[in-house]
Amino acid sequence: MSDSYGRPVSVPGASAHVPVLRLGDVLLVTLQGDLYDSVAQQLQEDIGATIATSGVTGVVIDISGMEVVDSYLGRVLAEIAAQSSLLAARTVVAGMRPAVAITLVELGLTLPGLRTALNAEAAMDLLARTGSGSRFRRSSAEHP
Amino acid sequence: MPTSAGVEACLPIGSDLDLVWVRQHVRQAAARLGFGLVEQTKLVTAASELARNTLVHGGGGRMDSAQVTRGRAVGLRLAFSDDGPGIADLELALKDGYTSGGGLGMGLGGARRLVHEFSLESTVGVGTTVTVVSWASAPPRLREEF
Repeated sequence: MSDSYGRPVSVPGASAHVPVLRLGDVLLVTLQGDLYDSVAQQLQEDIGATIATSGVTGVVIDISGMEVVDSYLGRVLAEIAAQSSLLAARTVVAGMRPAVAITLVELGLTLPGLRTALNAEAAMDLLARTGSGSRFRRSSAEHP
Repeated sequence: MPTSAGVEACLPIGSDLDLVWVRQHVRQAAARLGFGLVEQTKLVTAASELARNTLVHGGGGRMDSAQVTRGRAVGLRLAFSDDGPGIADLELALKDGYTSGGGLGMGLGGARRLVHEFSLESTVGVGTTVTVVSWASAPPRLREEF
């Protein structure tokens, strides 16, 4: 398949769909390569729906495979975090490349509400250490 | 010495698929011209912002990419043009946080900070062209403070 310019309709290295993986109490999302705007939008909806049905209390978004984060994707990440928070889950963005961090700051997008970790493992640790909502409810029931 | 092969191009901007093509082209062209990783990332990000502006505000258009030289410095020039409604108030459009399209309002002003040279030409009812240049071998910063 190709478009009117003779190019393939899907760009090599671009993700057409981002899988949302459930690991216990946490959703793990790995972004890689390049992302169409519409795929990022779909991901935002998928994460919201998955939190609502599964009741997970944390979301880890690994962006170590992203060479570029522009203001659109930055906004999607911030919105995912805000939307998850309303659904009682906390979001950690993991693995941002240093060049991406430098670029986002110059772009004027410091995303102050976004929790970050250096890699996905540290993000899982952070969620486990600070305790999830359901665990807190369980433990407070055990120790009234 | 880098050649212009793989740098000169005219890419259409008509969908979010084209934005991916623009980013990939700019990344490859910048790498070919010897841009460092951070400068590459900045230029690709700026191109992504400007191409999205062309798409969202200009109703689509194109990006022309060309190699430029100044003395011994090698750079990449990217021109984003559309035949859209144009921008009535350039100063307002460049202000951080100003948006007419429901975005964060970081596109134009943010892109200007990510490149070495930035110029914006717009005629209401005719269209808009934004031209940016970044240099691979960092010359004195030509970007004016604002």
